[in-house]
Amino acid sequence: MALLEIAGLDVRFRTTSGLFPAVENADITIDKGEVLAIVGESGSGKSVSMLATMGLLPWTAQVSAEKMLFDGQELRELSSRQRRQIVGGEMSMIFQEPMSSLNPCFTVGTQIDEMLKQHRGGTRKERKERTLDLLAQVGIPDPRKRIDAYPHQLSGGMSQRVMIAMAISCNPRLLIADEPTTALDVTIQAQILDLLLQLQQEHDMALILITHDMGVVAETAQQVIVQYAGRQVERQEVKALFAHPRHPYTEALLSALPERAGDQDRLPTIPGVVPGQHNRPSGCLFNPRCRYATDHCREVEPRPASGDPARTLCHYPL
Amino acid sequence: MKSQELPKDTATGGDAVISAVNLTRHYHVKTRPFSPPAVVKALNEASFDLYPGQTLAVVGESGCGKSTLARVLTMIEPPTSGQLTINGRRVELKEGQPPPRDLRREVQIIFQNPYGSLNPRKTVATMLEEPLKLNRPELSADQRRERALEMIDRVGLRPEHADRYPHMFSGGQRQRIAIARALMLNPKILVLDEPVSALDLSIQAQVLNLLSDLQDEFGLAYVFISHDLSVVQRIADDVIVMYFGQPVETGPASEVFTQPRHPYTQALFSATPVADPNRRKERVKLKGEPPSPLDPPPGCPFAPRCFMATEECIQGDPPLESVNPRVKVACIHVPKEFD
Repeated sequence: MALLEIAGLDVRFRTTSGLFPAVENADITIDKGEVLAIVGESGSGKSVSMLATMGLLPWTAQVSAEKMLFDGQELRELSSRQRRQIVGGEMSMIFQEPMSSLNPCFTVGTQIDEMLKQHRGGTRKERKERTLDLLAQVGIPDPRKRIDAYPHQLSGGMSQRVMIAMAISCNPRLLIADEPTTALDVTIQAQILDLLLQLQQEHDMALILITHDMGVVAETAQQVIVQYAGRQVERQEVKALFAHPRHPYTEALLSALPERAGDQDRLPTIPGVVPGQHNRPSGCLFNPRCRYATDHCREVEPRPASGDPARTLCHYPL
Repeated sequence: MKSQELPKDTATGGDAVISAVNLTRHYHVKTRPFSPPAVVKALNEASFDLYPGQTLAVVGESGCGKSTLARVLTMIEPPTSGQLTINGRRVELKEGQPPPRDLRREVQIIFQNPYGSLNPRKTVATMLEEPLKLNRPELSADQRRERALEMIDRVGLRPEHADRYPHMFSGGQRQRIAIARALMLNPKILVLDEPVSALDLSIQAQVLNLLSDLQDEFGLAYVFISHDLSVVQRIADDVIVMYFGQPVETGPASEVFTQPRHPYTQALFSATPVADPNRRKERVKLKGEPPSPLDPPPGCPFAPRCFMATEECIQGDPPLESVNPRVKVACIHVPKEFD
């Protein structure tokens, strides 16, 4: 049985001009010890599907799914109190902006302690020991001094380490990292990615990495889901994805990478932009930007072929 | 102001459009009341020549002085010391004084965030015409409009976009508007401060192609500031790698990228993820983080994080020295390659 199993997840937002489908028919399965990357451009719904799993979406969101199982338990059947026990404890999340995710009014020690108090209990002394231990685990030098630091006294990299310490404080079985290194410099990014992978292996955690950076995907993930405009367009093992992308969008995205363009004079581009709420095309959502599109693509919505392990959302997979 | 003797480009024989010699910019920062202000050395002795049609990339992490360099080059701030020559004219600025208008015209800047750099209350056409109004008073309203429409077409937007407001555009389109506005006065130099890092991958390629078309068409010189090495490798002719306000390695992009010599350059290149799962590599790991500019370490600023550091490194700040006729490196451990 998979650790997290989501099938047919739909998320719609109520807006003044009607329902906006942010995520459509998403399937996510991950087992312990796996690293899954969800990759896509802004607005592709990659964060929203994970926030829905965590139950962190605002009231304007309508979430529906066929299955939403965590460790065999249907998440939607839990009371909000029960669900809160799982969220933050068994599965936890790291956000993109470490600076704005930490509360500026409390020391980092207090904020890590809060997690432990909520989910673990224990005496104040035990919790402090655990907090110091966590800060050391995520590579913060001199934890005894840093435990009393306020977020503004820390650099971006250090704040992200504190966020990671909070997220792993209760030994979660699933860690969701939403663009954990986008706001950081490359040398710090390398440190944080190494740290996440090291923790993932030590604790045999499942790690879902949300990113837009193909380089980060290539260096960390085992499985990759590619999203476009709220739909999963393909899902493959990482080496296969980079070697033989099945969906035209993935192919176009990979060839737009400057380092893969080789000596060509011009970078290959994807014409047009991602469709918004009011200009969603009929048929395949990618058809206006796709160089293989036919009339069939413009009229009929594609379904993944039944025998296709990549579940490519395309009438004519490559 | 008098014309200066300028270095010649050996390939084309043209004059450098920007020539910078030991550009330095220090800031005075108040740390606490009643104590004397501390000096932050945001930019230390940057020197380079840039020729028409060429791209100079400035690479480094946040706080390394890239944006300070942009501010000095665009004459937003005067350098604390050093010489800046633009288009053959020596720039002499006083603190708080605007530069001469005809000089300002030659250098334009494009910022990272196209959401913040466009006035939300002005239409595209108004924004494009504004520089003409100020600098080309002899043009009539119709002529201004015509030029704005020409430029809108040139950067790949449609004529009907002229009367729309910035919020009606996507990020990539806004960056095109910012580029159009910068080009209205036919500048010779564009300073691009992380122009594509806020854009999605598929849009990034479109904007990079546009920039290289415009460079060919107008013979523009680009100062391209970026932290994204894969982009830099593609478009740069020359590279300056900066760390803690100082250039640590300079040279032709082809050479710096194939054979990085300074340990920081090596670490930076190896930390950059490569989009190829078959090439997962052992990284040159850097310990710690860049030092605080208020509390600089003794000697070489990179020494506390450097894997090659020795006792000698903390004795003194290594000067930027030629290791061969093309490349300069500021490290005492990099051997010279002269015969």
